Amino acid sequence: MTVTTDLASYEDALATYDPVMGLEVHVELGTKTKMFCGCSTELGADANSQTCPVCLGLPGSLPVVNAIGVESAVKIGLALHCEIAEWCRFARKNYFYPDMPKNFQTSQYDEPIAFNGYLDVQLEDGEVFRVEIERAHMEEDTGKSTHVGGATGRIHGASHSLLDYNRAGIPLIEIVTKPIEGAGQRAPEVAKAYVAELRELIKALGVSEARMEMGQMRCDVNLSLRPHGTETFGTRSETKNVNSLRSVERAARYEIQRHAAVLSSGGTIVQETRHFHEEDGSTTAGRIKDNAEDYRYFPEPDLVPVAPAREWVEELRKGLPELPRVRRNRLREEWGVSEHDMQSILNAGAVDLIAATIEEGADAASARKWWMGELARSANESGRALDELAITPSQVARVTALVAAGDLNDKLARQVIDGVLKGEGDPDTVVEKRGLKVVSDEGALTAAVDEAIAANAAIADKIRSGKVAAAGALVGAVMKATRGQADAARVKELILQKLGVEG
Amino acid sequence: MPGITREEVAHLARLARLELKGEELDHFAGQLDDIIGAVARVSEVADQDVPPTSHPLPLTNVMRADEVRPSLTPEQALSGAPAQEQQRFKVPQILGED
Repeated sequence: MTVTTDLASYEDALATYDPVMGLEVHVELGTKTKMFCGCSTELGADANSQTCPVCLGLPGSLPVVNAIGVESAVKIGLALHCEIAEWCRFARKNYFYPDMPKNFQTSQYDEPIAFNGYLDVQLEDGEVFRVEIERAHMEEDTGKSTHVGGATGRIHGASHSLLDYNRAGIPLIEIVTKPIEGAGQRAPEVAKAYVAELRELIKALGVSEARMEMGQMRCDVNLSLRPHGTETFGTRSETKNVNSLRSVERAARYEIQRHAAVLSSGGTIVQETRHFHEEDGSTTAGRIKDNAEDYRYFPEPDLVPVAPAREWVEELRKGLPELPRVRRNRLREEWGVSEHDMQSILNAGAVDLIAATIEEGADAASARKWWMGELARSANESGRALDELAITPSQVARVTALVAAGDLNDKLARQVIDGVLKGEGDPDTVVEKRGLKVVSDEGALTAAVDEAIAANAAIADKIRSGKVAAAGALVGAVMKATRGQADAARVKELILQKLGVEG
Repeated sequence: MPGITREEVAHLARLARLELKGEELDHFAGQLDDIIGAVARVSEVADQDVPPTSHPLPLTNVMRADEVRPSLTPEQALSGAPAQEQQRFKVPQILGED
């Protein structure tokens, strides 16, 4: 299926139009059980092995809300500076689609548990942009459909579909922004920075791992354009399930260019959902949006209202962790790194790892050096995230301690890290097994130094006559003789001492 | 008078995936009109100080601990399904909505 879509150039689009965005992010909570029943949320289980009368919507079953689900929603609301409802209800969102066996999704409609907040996001150049939050509400995930008989597993042309309801009922928090205005040409960047910051926040709260690649966090990008100088919003499109930070930015950019081309040629934008295509960053038309009234929302009679006590809310507020952006700025100062370096550390997913390594006793410079150097390279080569490497912050801290104590030099330390990554054990075990100790036995070192001096008499003479810089060649010879296991600084000291020169 | 139109009935029928004939649309428009009219009488007696009731009992905050309870087996879960395949619920072609 080839559809050619006219796109305006990004610059032309922005010269004529002002983009307005609305971002809807769904976060799957990391609870042990589903939102309204005790079925496990564990991933990777056999199809339909985690269902019960409640999440299958069988007659006579009665849902009861998960206390941790509600608590997580309140925490997210508080961290987003929202007001927390004194009293709110669940609502049924009715629709015909087999991904929910109940024929409705339990959600919240006009009484979200959290509303009216904001999240400050920092762009790459340090500019802070405030994104206003409309609401955060509780709902549940849907089942997983597999379409059979179509060309590429797509719904078009499928003869039938197969449903696995293990995911149906897993707690979701939907976080909706107010219209994001005034971002101008930086709109796609703001969208990406917002989702990135929200992800950090969710992780810091400990309510979800928020791994976008696993669908634990998904973003819908609403976008419209209006001519510069006008107030009324244009018709929006809603690009669904954009599942990486880079894709959020690309989807916003693409829609700006597509809308501009349609509007500039006198056309109108259809209010519809769009599918995002990872391969080329384009979007294609989905379905025409139902109006909210078509979902025939009504208060869920089987679940009683949630009325978070003020004392409880204040208790949760007190327990909130330092917000990620505030924490990053604090750590940046403590570590003495630039904005730009901190951004790289964040992008590499190394903030928590470096902080943990420092907590285990490493100095900031060494912790950063290993995670952003050797380990980042290793992660990159194996196509994994840094925190998926087979090494812990405490093991990295141990390596830096060995280096600081003079037991290892950098070259040996790299071999120790290599050993740990290959599963040979913790750093001390690798040192032991591979025999990687720096030669600190003075007898052995002195012998190696004597040999080097004897073998390089001409250089030794130069040093004796005061050319201290020439000592490098002798140090090199000793290092070679000890297969890199000597402490280079100590070797130099010994050489100068032997030749009667002060360093 | 609420005045339910034929078009509104057709729209509702589409949402409910019901296929209605022309005369049925007219028939149901009249009936729905009567029903809504009857229900609307409630608002005549409910004054401003009577909040709409969704839950008859004054209960709030009924919650359960986040503890796993046994699920049905896949066989049990699928036992009422008219059709199944690969341990999944088999449903007819989904209308070209997506």
